Amino acid sequence: MSEHALDHHHDDHAHHGPAKGIKRWLFATNHKDIGAMYLWFSFIMFLTGGALAMLIRAELMYPGLQLVDPNFFNQLTTTHGLIMVFGAVMPAFVGLANYMIPLMLGAPDMALPRLNNWSFWLLPAAFSMLIIAIIKSFLGIADAPNFGWTFYAPLSTKFGPASTDFFIFSVHMMGISSIMGAVNVIVTIFNLRAPGMTLMKMPLFVWTWLITAFLLIAVMPVLAGVVTMMLTDRHFGTSFFDAAGGGDPVLFQHVFWFFGHPEVYIMILPAFGIVSAIIPTFARKPLFGYASMVYATASIAFLSFVVWAHHMFTVGLPLAGNLFYMYMTMLIAVPTGVKVFNWVATMWRGAMTFEVPMLFSIAFVILFTIGGFSGLMLAITPVDQQYHDTYFVVAHFHYVLVSGAIFSIIAGVYYWLPKWTGRMYNEFWAKFHFWNSLLSVNLLFFPMHFVGLAGMPRRYSDYALQFADFNWWISIGGFWFGVSQLILLGILIQVCFRKKGAPVSDQVWEGAEGLEWTLPSPAPYHTFSTPPIVK
Amino acid sequence: MATKPTQYYVPDASPWPVITAAALFILFYGAASFIQQESGSGIVQNEGTYGKPMFMIGVLAVLAMMFFWFRDTIKESLAHKNSNQMDVSYRMGMLWFIFSEVMFFGAFFGALFYVRLLVIPWLGGAGEEAMTHELLWPSFQPMWPLEITPSGETTQAMPAWGLPLINTILLVTSSVTLTIAHHALINNERGKLKLNLFLTLVLGFSFLALQIEEYIHAYRDLGLTLGSGIYGSTFFMLTGFHGMHVTIGAIMLTVMFFRILKGHLTPSNHFAFEAAAWYWHFVDVVWIFLFICVYWL
Repeated sequence: MSEHALDHHHDDHAHHGPAKGIKRWLFATNHKDIGAMYLWFSFIMFLTGGALAMLIRAELMYPGLQLVDPNFFNQLTTTHGLIMVFGAVMPAFVGLANYMIPLMLGAPDMALPRLNNWSFWLLPAAFSMLIIAIIKSFLGIADAPNFGWTFYAPLSTKFGPASTDFFIFSVHMMGISSIMGAVNVIVTIFNLRAPGMTLMKMPLFVWTWLITAFLLIAVMPVLAGVVTMMLTDRHFGTSFFDAAGGGDPVLFQHVFWFFGHPEVYIMILPAFGIVSAIIPTFARKPLFGYASMVYATASIAFLSFVVWAHHMFTVGLPLAGNLFYMYMTMLIAVPTGVKVFNWVATMWRGAMTFEVPMLFSIAFVILFTIGGFSGLMLAITPVDQQYHDTYFVVAHFHYVLVSGAIFSIIAGVYYWLPKWTGRMYNEFWAKFHFWNSLLSVNLLFFPMHFVGLAGMPRRYSDYALQFADFNWWISIGGFWFGVSQLILLGILIQVCFRKKGAPVSDQVWEGAEGLEWTLPSPAPYHTFSTPPIVK
Repeated sequence: MATKPTQYYVPDASPWPVITAAALFILFYGAASFIQQESGSGIVQNEGTYGKPMFMIGVLAVLAMMFFWFRDTIKESLAHKNSNQMDVSYRMGMLWFIFSEVMFFGAFFGALFYVRLLVIPWLGGAGEEAMTHELLWPSFQPMWPLEITPSGETTQAMPAWGLPLINTILLVTSSVTLTIAHHALINNERGKLKLNLFLTLVLGFSFLALQIEEYIHAYRDLGLTLGSGIYGSTFFMLTGFHGMHVTIGAIMLTVMFFRILKGHLTPSNHFAFEAAAWYWHFVDVVWIFLFICVYWL
């Protein structure tokens, strides 16, 4: 029966290409179209969140208040964080997953294409709510959310501005989008692998995304739960975060960080996958310790559920709690160390060349490790009580998120862009982009360690005079990094829209392995309609 | 693995997802305005009363989109466009979706346990929190159910052995009748299927009616409201979200009932029925946890 049905379908659809005009994008069910939309959306959000960061750095360039008032400054840091976490990093990884996972598995598309379309289009809807709020605030109409991206109660409940409720529903939409996207990824991986593509033959990018998708499905509903409690506390008289009614503001932090810590790994595990694809290609050696990479990723994901209170060492947890979360957190260094060791071992005695994706990947390994080390310092409870809410924390998570997650995304884009478009970008400008990004990102974030250790608190629009010189340099680094990203925009416009660049072979990179490189460049609209046989 | 098809059906482009996203935007934007304008909390972003109609339009639009989207899917299913592999995709998708729902309830159960096991004793001075107790509310007595809050609000707890017990029996029985219906569907016994599915619906809607009755009782006679401290908060949020899920499940099963009357859903092709049944069993299990943790203990 099914054979007949499939033949019938074959006649109908096998030969049709993309729809014409705007409908192709609005009604898209093709994983490549949806992946491309995700990637462009995340890049636009990256530039938007970056513009807010430029304003933050402009204000902090000198001590005293010069550009914005403290309340608006708080709205800038809040919106910057929310846009970068939920609008830039996460959708970029989902975009790469959409584009690459079917190609890597020999699947014709994602398993649930319409759901995929819905997941994407929820994002512009969600973020327009947030962006409306910050624009309104900019125009002086009403305050945007101003309580930091972690929206701790009671700042966000008793004292949150009216826009908080719009923020809550915006988070609900992002949550639906993430959960549906993750369901799609998991089902695709479990059900659409080509014959012979066993789990332990899957590229590591697919593995890391499988585990990421599990984390997403497990914790995004918890985020939905906590914002729902906020909403009812604000408007319906519940007492979840109000001790007078028997609740507890610290409960907010527990529920939030139960989501928030796995969320951190949601933003880094796919990065591990990308780097694990790129380094073997340009070291011309198979990845060292493939199985240990898989187990390390799974261990990190498991541990991410039992470390959340290391964000809360200063709220007055019982001693036993602080110790438990300290040891669990330090334990994460073991699987992470396995990964760093494996990447270095892959490069060891490899026939290395340094194309742009490789440059970003090597930078990732080094800079992410720096971020990992500062994370270890923060894991130590008594030490964290000094570092908590200082610029040391800001330095730590920007090292793992900017020079970690975002560098890996850029590396992935440079790696797969020739496969997507069939054209090679201008290597000079790409290398120019890399060196500018590398130098500026360190100028931007490295001095933050020092001002943080010296006691400069985060989330303030002003600071004591002794931090002045460092902050001036940090701001210069910030503007430099921001402007450098426009080079990437230029490169993408040249390759994607102006169709510039030399045509590339199917293989693209000499040492690249995997099903995606067996396809023509650019990859046709429909690929693997008949699954390949993997030996 | 052996029967994997050589072709996988990639569905046609569809307008419904993107319109659903837009409809959800209207729904949520309207909901935020509606809540602010009507809840009396005094937090208002946008003056006026457009929130309610906007919210209603959003709800109607989402419902309409669900209708059209499911209609297309049902048509494709009836046209046998779905391969076995797609059926597996749907099944896996539904199971992972239910897992996400489990985690959603987990957040609220987690809040309940945290409050009962830690917050209330701490507010009463347990452990190292003697000063918390002395300085904040020295007259506070730790107890669960929390009938007197630290700030002095009083309420009464909902007893477990009245309506909630009847509701437990109703839901557990409905799971049994649903399973009988499921087996009847597989064995192609349509009469038995219709009867048992109908019984399931009767039991489900009776549960909902009794739940409404219980809420009225709580508000009128016990003084138990959303605003009566953390006991009321956890009680209504947990049972309320559960009730919402029962409603969704009952709607799903109602749709299945009418589809079965029309002759849809055969022994070999009835994913929709199974998805609805899994969902129903899931809300049943949540209820058992609720009965034990919220009502009984």
